[in-house]
Amino acid sequence: MAGALLLLPATFYIFALVGVPFLLAIFYGVTDIKVASDGYEIVGARNFRGILASPTFRLALRNSFLFAVSSQVLVIACATALALALQEPFRGRRAVRFLILLPWVAPISLGAIGWKWILDSIYSVINWVLAAAGLVNPMEPPMWLGEPGLAMVSVVTVHVWRMLPFATVVLLAGLTSIPRDIPEAAAVDGAGFWRTHFGVTLPMIRPIVLVASLFGIIFTFTDMAVVYILTRGGPHDATQVLPSLAFFTGILGGDLAGGAAISLFLFPMLLAAALLMLRVARRSEVT
Amino acid sequence: MRARVAGGAWRLPVVLLFGIFLSFPFYWMLITSFKRTGDLYDLQNNPFLFNERPTLDHWRLLFRETLYLRWLGNTAFVGVLVVAITLALAVPAAYSLARLAGRWGERAGIAMFLMYLVPPSLLFIPLSRVVAALGLQDTLWSLVLVYPTFTVPFSTWLLMGFFKSIPRDLEDAALVDGFTRVAAFWRVVVPIAFSGILTVAIFSFTLVLQEFVYALTFISSASQQTVGVGVPIFLVRGDVYYWGSLMAACLFASVPVAILYNVFLDRFIAGLTAGAVK
Amino acid sequence: MAIVQTVALTKRYPGSAEAAVDGVDLETREGEFLVLLGPSGSGKTTVLRMIAGLEAPTEGEIRIGGRVVNHLSARERGIAMVFQSYALYPHLTVYKNIAFPLKAQRVPRGLHREKVERAAAMFGIGRLLDRKPRQLSGGERQRVALARALVRDPSVFLLDEPLSNLDAKLRATAREELQKFQKQIATTTIYVTHDQVEAMAMGDRVVIMSAGRVRQVGTPAQVYDDPADTFVATFLGSPPMNLLPRGDLLVGFRPEHFRPATPDGPAAARFSFRVELAEYLGAERLLYGRLEDRPDAQEVVSRLPSYLPAPAPGDTAAFGVAAEHLLFFDAGSGRRTDRRVKP
Repeated sequence: MAGALLLLPATFYIFALVGVPFLLAIFYGVTDIKVASDGYEIVGARNFRGILASPTFRLALRNSFLFAVSSQVLVIACATALALALQEPFRGRRAVRFLILLPWVAPISLGAIGWKWILDSIYSVINWVLAAAGLVNPMEPPMWLGEPGLAMVSVVTVHVWRMLPFATVVLLAGLTSIPRDIPEAAAVDGAGFWRTHFGVTLPMIRPIVLVASLFGIIFTFTDMAVVYILTRGGPHDATQVLPSLAFFTGILGGDLAGGAAISLFLFPMLLAAALLMLRVARRSEVT
Repeated sequence: MRARVAGGAWRLPVVLLFGIFLSFPFYWMLITSFKRTGDLYDLQNNPFLFNERPTLDHWRLLFRETLYLRWLGNTAFVGVLVVAITLALAVPAAYSLARLAGRWGERAGIAMFLMYLVPPSLLFIPLSRVVAALGLQDTLWSLVLVYPTFTVPFSTWLLMGFFKSIPRDLEDAALVDGFTRVAAFWRVVVPIAFSGILTVAIFSFTLVLQEFVYALTFISSASQQTVGVGVPIFLVRGDVYYWGSLMAACLFASVPVAILYNVFLDRFIAGLTAGAVK
Repeated sequence: MAIVQTVALTKRYPGSAEAAVDGVDLETREGEFLVLLGPSGSGKTTVLRMIAGLEAPTEGEIRIGGRVVNHLSARERGIAMVFQSYALYPHLTVYKNIAFPLKAQRVPRGLHREKVERAAAMFGIGRLLDRKPRQLSGGERQRVALARALVRDPSVFLLDEPLSNLDAKLRATAREELQKFQKQIATTTIYVTHDQVEAMAMGDRVVIMSAGRVRQVGTPAQVYDDPADTFVATFLGSPPMNLLPRGDLLVGFRPEHFRPATPDGPAAARFSFRVELAEYLGAERLLYGRLEDRPDAQEVVSRLPSYLPAPAPGDTAAFGVAAEHLLFFDAGSGRRTDRRVKP
């Protein structure tokens, strides 16, 4: 039973600092606790009903899904192209790999600030280039972080920028794990580039791609840093997402119960993703 | 010579396109941090050129007149402690899970992995109360306490894969040679899995560096803050963004980690794929 | 069916002083089963891969059906290949695996079923069409690989050690079936193996390779009874040929020709043989020992059917080799020579 003993510290720690707080979050969700309050009352589902009725919340909920799914779709498409392009060794591949990894490795808040400067309302280098090319009026440049539609595009772009390296690396690892025989057999069988990749190698790594996508969706879905730094959820809540809304409500606004209730809406999505991942892992006996 | 596959020519444009997209912000940070303020904020200037001579002013300001160095120190402090705690918890847990035969081992492993999926953005509110109750509010210790919640599950899962790939025979041979189970572990398993353990340590350190929500929530004074939160929050005075120094700060905290990470990437991938093949 | 020809085929890898394949000239005959035999590293698989178009030659020409194919990619050469690992597409059913080359060559969809079923029937796997590779046994997977290779009527079959992943028992039956199948379809086949039993049993002709060069090409009988050099002589046959140095020549004789000398039997060589070790293998017996009356008391092996009486370890007996079974090689180059010496 030494095995169980080795497992104990980690299990105890996780239980104490993940399990208990999780239960606490549920508890807060059904009370009316505030930061300043001394006592609390159980109010049952009142918080949840109130939240669901709030347009801000519904907007944040919609945005969370929208950003997570759309950024992930873009990430997978781009990562596929990039991984296929990087498959063959070439001179300078290591250097390219280093550059490509930067967005993933750099602290997300710092990368977001970099983008904030690039998208700045007055000094944006993108606007400068667009104006120089004659594509926009320099007097009325696009407000990348100031107009609701553009702000949403900006947030999704930063998420894609951040997740692309991870997805590319995972896809590359998957592609290189395919035994060399198989693409060769496909070549001998008469398959060209497209059929070999889209008919054979990419389908073979479908489980890995799925798991990486789920990871990506979870990262984006539960992230608050990008929105907080780029737009603070604005303009007028156009880019608000569940985590940032929970933060503003619970910590800055002092409404612990409300914040907890909002953040709890993250859970069903995570559970669905987790179950999907488990199912994929179970069925992943490809070779 | 064999005919080149017709699909060869597209690779370069694709790599170039994405390469530029992904690395441009860092290039921009680099340039911005060395440009004179007048140059930066003059709309007539071509932003891609140094219209005035480059300057070290922003860097000087960053290191001398802000708490940046302090933040780096804080982050390093938290990072080292958290890595130590993570290894202390995850290595035994991973070993036990890897060697535990049968359904329970698998189930426990999966449960451990699922814990990783409970995100900070769900736990930060109740944890803020726990931290306050423990009197750790506004200290780095709150982070040291809480960060392992996301480093331990992932590290355990990664290490499980590494340990599983070490054949049991090696330990059995050590036992036959007269070592105890613990000695066998230290002398046989740990040296072989060393690169995996190192990889996990590096990866955990980068996770610490990345963290935003907890640091933002638990810590309010500038002097106690980490780099990831200090830079976006406290390098802004009033509503004025000192972009030159900001960019210097971002660059300086990103690149060394990237270099380190790159060195260990291959091992990390090996661990990922080893862990995925159950 | 077509003739495959290589002219001065050479492959050099960068950074390596030795060529992996060094000036190989081959020509198959129509419909023949040609075996490339050699130890690992001999270059036989590299030759096969160059013929397939999976590797580019450094020098030399490859011709299939009379036309030069060096510049053609693998898919354009009209060949079929069975890999050592079978390389079945794991995510496709057996049916789709076999149909894959048809799809790739844009054969009309309507013809697929008929061709796939015919190929599957040839190997008796018709009932497995809906399964996935991971549900099949090793022998079944091999047949799927063969069916997939067959399905588009290639002009040349290339096989890279297709039996080496089967267990020993299965290998013998698979070998037999493969041979029958090849005779039936009469397509030119090039088969790579390191197993001499396979080569001798299956090949119409055998190409013995070592260190990137061809040592000898001939029928199994030719390469066995009439080896061109000491490499061929010692590579074929188990246990290998006995070689005795005599001056600047080597005298060679196979263990099965090294027998107890009968008083009136004609013998060109007579030895005094002291047995040191005997191995009983059921149908035959191997005797290891030394030649006593020879200067360096060399080690030799004799191979006798078990029903013959044999000396026991420790005994010495008179053994001999008939003149027609003595082969002579130049000691320096290893090549066969017509010169003879007293053994």
